[in-house]
Amino acid sequence: MESNIFHLQYAIDTFYFVICGALVMWMAAGFAMLESGLVRAKNTTEILTKNVALFAIACTMYMVCGYAIMYDGSLFLSGIADVDVDGVLGEFAGREDGFEGGSIYSGASDFFFQVVFVATAMSIVSGAVAERMKLWAFLAFAVVMTGVIYPMEGSWTWGGKDVFGLYNLGDLGFSDFAGSGIVHMAGAAAALAGVLLLGARKGKYGPNGEIRAIPGANMPLAALGTLILWMGWFGFNGGSVLKLGDIASANSVAMVFLNTNAAAAGGAIGALILARLMFGKADLTMLLNGAIAGLVVITAEPSTPSALTATIWGALGGILVVLSIVTLDKLRIDDPVGAISAHGVCGLLGLLLVPVTNSEVTFSGQLIGALTIFVWVFVASLIVWGILKAVMGIRVSEEEEYEGVDLSECGLEAYPEFVSTK
Amino acid sequence: MKLVTAIIKPFKLDDVREALSEIGVQGVTVTEVKGFGRQKGHTELYRGAEYVVDFLPKVKVEIAIGDNLLDQVIEAITKAANTGKIGDGKIFVTELEQAIRIRTGETGEEAV
Repeated sequence: MESNIFHLQYAIDTFYFVICGALVMWMAAGFAMLESGLVRAKNTTEILTKNVALFAIACTMYMVCGYAIMYDGSLFLSGIADVDVDGVLGEFAGREDGFEGGSIYSGASDFFFQVVFVATAMSIVSGAVAERMKLWAFLAFAVVMTGVIYPMEGSWTWGGKDVFGLYNLGDLGFSDFAGSGIVHMAGAAAALAGVLLLGARKGKYGPNGEIRAIPGANMPLAALGTLILWMGWFGFNGGSVLKLGDIASANSVAMVFLNTNAAAAGGAIGALILARLMFGKADLTMLLNGAIAGLVVITAEPSTPSALTATIWGALGGILVVLSIVTLDKLRIDDPVGAISAHGVCGLLGLLLVPVTNSEVTFSGQLIGALTIFVWVFVASLIVWGILKAVMGIRVSEEEEYEGVDLSECGLEAYPEFVSTK
Repeated sequence: MKLVTAIIKPFKLDDVREALSEIGVQGVTVTEVKGFGRQKGHTELYRGAEYVVDFLPKVKVEIAIGDNLLDQVIEAITKAANTGKIGDGKIFVTELEQAIRIRTGETGEEAV
């Protein structure tokens, strides 16, 4: 009888992982729509190509070697489908806390849940470098980011390994529940490195310090993308509870969903109000960035805060993202979608807020962890972008940028008119 | 024959179309355009950066008619498209040299 319940626990926890993984995969659609809404029409096909292709590359590279680097698995996932049912039942029986002990689930479901996080980290980069980067330079970077750079910092955090044998973040009291730092700040660090080497879009900044608006082409897509991300995030944070099949875990899952939603709401409101105060109008794009900022902030610790706390933290993220976007523009760092602000700056905020409600986590641990992640990803990315820039160039020519990267990189317009066959 | 080109405010299109039908005009061509005259544009704000929108959306209506309808057409458009505020638009009249109905090959006054 007991083994029947173990079977069920395994099944429900495996099912939970794969469903949450599917929700996080859906975030790829969110990013694709959000980004294509915030770029100009002439650059739409290229950014869509980047988004879909990077997802495919992330899944493949993580399968080839990334997962092995991060979690000591085998290259090419060999053996991942193997399951020794009796062995598993024995593991269940031998657990310290019985039914309420650690979850045991299919190895394949673990990979599936992990791989979609890699893709999320990588897709943060695509928005920041939009409208002027060479497509294939970006995809080449994606190969390295998803195969090596992300898995390395993932191994020091969720993987529990020492950082180059020097120190252990877990021992120092570092915690990042679903990846404010590990996924979001990391993606932003790679994006920042790329943007610094890439330069701003032509015409974005004037010679006398003017900041020129380059409005996005499709607000409905941007809004749709944000709401898709909001929904997908339930899987992102929810799945990171790692267990569903007992009362305490299920309750934790429910709180995580609740708080994730609350933080998004708080972020949206915070950003909307600040944008109204600063600019005199309600800026939809700031509202959207605000919701995402709230989601990023809560990602580091979605289970312990109360609903009100989660909402307030989200609102802090919403306020911070608006200030960050304006500041980056003043520093002439051109980020067409606000990715570095929403994921980087707010990812850091998320990490630093964890000790407020989680007493097992220390501020120093969070700082060291944040620095470790940021320095590793930023420097490694700078090197890879630098090599790509030297070898093949990372920026399209001025004329190609003027005509639109859809033509130069994809040979395919997003909104074709007056097409004729030869 | 005359070609009458009218630039009007977009929400006045239905009124102008009805007024033209009433006086017997059979066909019009409509294009969405942008432009400005003495009606100034406005500033908008995108993520904290101001930009100016000078060109305002308008609708261009083109009608090919016989000389006999010209005065009525001008009067009909003027009354229908008028709001009394700046930006109501303009009407231009040009001489139409030739007109051909593609389906039947009719030319001249019979084609408009």
